[in-house]
Amino acid sequence: MTATQVNEHGQLTHLLQLEGLSKAQILQILDTAASFFNPQDGSIVKKPVLRGRTVANLFFEPSTRTRSTFELAAKKLDADVLNLDIGTSATTKGESLLDTLQTLQAMHIDMFVIRHKENGIPQYCADHLDPRTAILNAGDGNRAHPTQGLLDAYSIRKHKGDFENLTVTIVGDIRFSRVARSQIAALNTLGVKELRIAGPDNLLPENADDLDVQVHRNLDDAVRDADVVIMLRVQKERMDSDLIPTTDAYFAEWGLTQERLKLAKPDAIVMHPGPMNRGIEIASEVADGPQSIILDQVTNGIAVRMAVMSLIMSGRKS
Amino acid sequence: MSNTSLPQYNAEQLLAQPLVGLCEQLKQQISSYYADEPPVLVGIHRGGFYLAEWLHSSLELNEPVGGLDISWHRDDLRASSVSPHVKPTRLPVDIDGREVLLIDDVLYTGRTIRAALNELFDYGRPAAVRLAVLAQRTGRELPIAADFAACEFELPSQQELKLLATAKQQLLPVENWQWECVDKEEDE
Repeated sequence: MTATQVNEHGQLTHLLQLEGLSKAQILQILDTAASFFNPQDGSIVKKPVLRGRTVANLFFEPSTRTRSTFELAAKKLDADVLNLDIGTSATTKGESLLDTLQTLQAMHIDMFVIRHKENGIPQYCADHLDPRTAILNAGDGNRAHPTQGLLDAYSIRKHKGDFENLTVTIVGDIRFSRVARSQIAALNTLGVKELRIAGPDNLLPENADDLDVQVHRNLDDAVRDADVVIMLRVQKERMDSDLIPTTDAYFAEWGLTQERLKLAKPDAIVMHPGPMNRGIEIASEVADGPQSIILDQVTNGIAVRMAVMSLIMSGRKS
Repeated sequence: MSNTSLPQYNAEQLLAQPLVGLCEQLKQQISSYYADEPPVLVGIHRGGFYLAEWLHSSLELNEPVGGLDISWHRDDLRASSVSPHVKPTRLPVDIDGREVLLIDDVLYTGRTIRAALNELFDYGRPAAVRLAVLAQRTGRELPIAADFAACEFELPSQQELKLLATAKQQLLPVENWQWECVDKEEDE
């Protein structure tokens, strides 16, 4: 049976992907995230929404910021948090993964936060596990990274206002990026005026025409008059293969420099999901410059993850 | 600030009261108590916030009104099957060391006020918090009382009273405010 992430009341029960969520549902998540900030000083306020609940972070693939912000988010909500280091070799898809999770379910875990290198693992878990445990996708393969898409949408709204007036450009390795996929889903649902993707031919998705985006094969054109420029990380494994020539050549053609950023609107913002490769996809002066909101994205990630956890768990009777 | 001699109403009598009169009485109590230094007004979403806005303008206060969303501190959050649509709490000034006047339309069980105090203390440590409501309903379940109230009333337990202060998302003039008496929404 295929588990759904929204129940018949429109209530979020898992978060597996952003595709399929309505604009109202995404806006509810963003509004909820805003409620966790103290307007006086921008700090995140602790709320006891998950008191008495237990969240397990299951990262089958290494991660620093996503895992730390999920852990902080759960702790800010007063949950008990279990962090499990699970080597990628210890489990393979199938019986042993489910055995691991069923064992954890027997420990009365209320929510699994799952990061896995294979596509579809969070959905697979939602389909096969007892539904009493909520599944939150923290990134699967190159398929989806929904909380990253949400925190980027939150950051864009915070700095640029209504989505309807914005031109947003996503640059780099789109084809293999779960981040790009979730960003595109969120920004199209939220109704940005123009969504552009740009990158080397062999790093553009094969189904680009179905994505409801404008495809650019030249960085200057892609950045021109944009309100938001999102640079994606060049993955090292792609560089080792034949997909990217050299880092210098990549930077010359696809790196965001101060010169190129001048083509965007004067008040454009620059984003990056991290971790950055300085001098490969982004120049240091841009990453550290006044238009960069890269570190604010990290902070917003905590509030957005708190929002998703709160909305999922507050609708589950205990 | 004593409520010992509040007018007592049943539902019918309360609905017959012009709301503007209750508002004026509440305003008188507040302005005479805070004659020297005005408090920070903080309304509880939604009815309390509308009342706080009206008090703010008719008392001609300078500091903006604060608004509290108490959803995350509700004690029935887990009994619900639908998650709340939370509006951010907005406190326009630092409440540390300040006199805070918490405002709601109706005081009933006291559970909303308990949640509101928790929400408020997430943001600081006020010197004092007092409570003003238009009407207090019998049926307290917690040791909480209003410092200022314009009347007291009784209602059958399956009913609740709501303040209607807006139309088409616009705040109405106080002369057009009304009470609405409705059957409680049962959560399945």
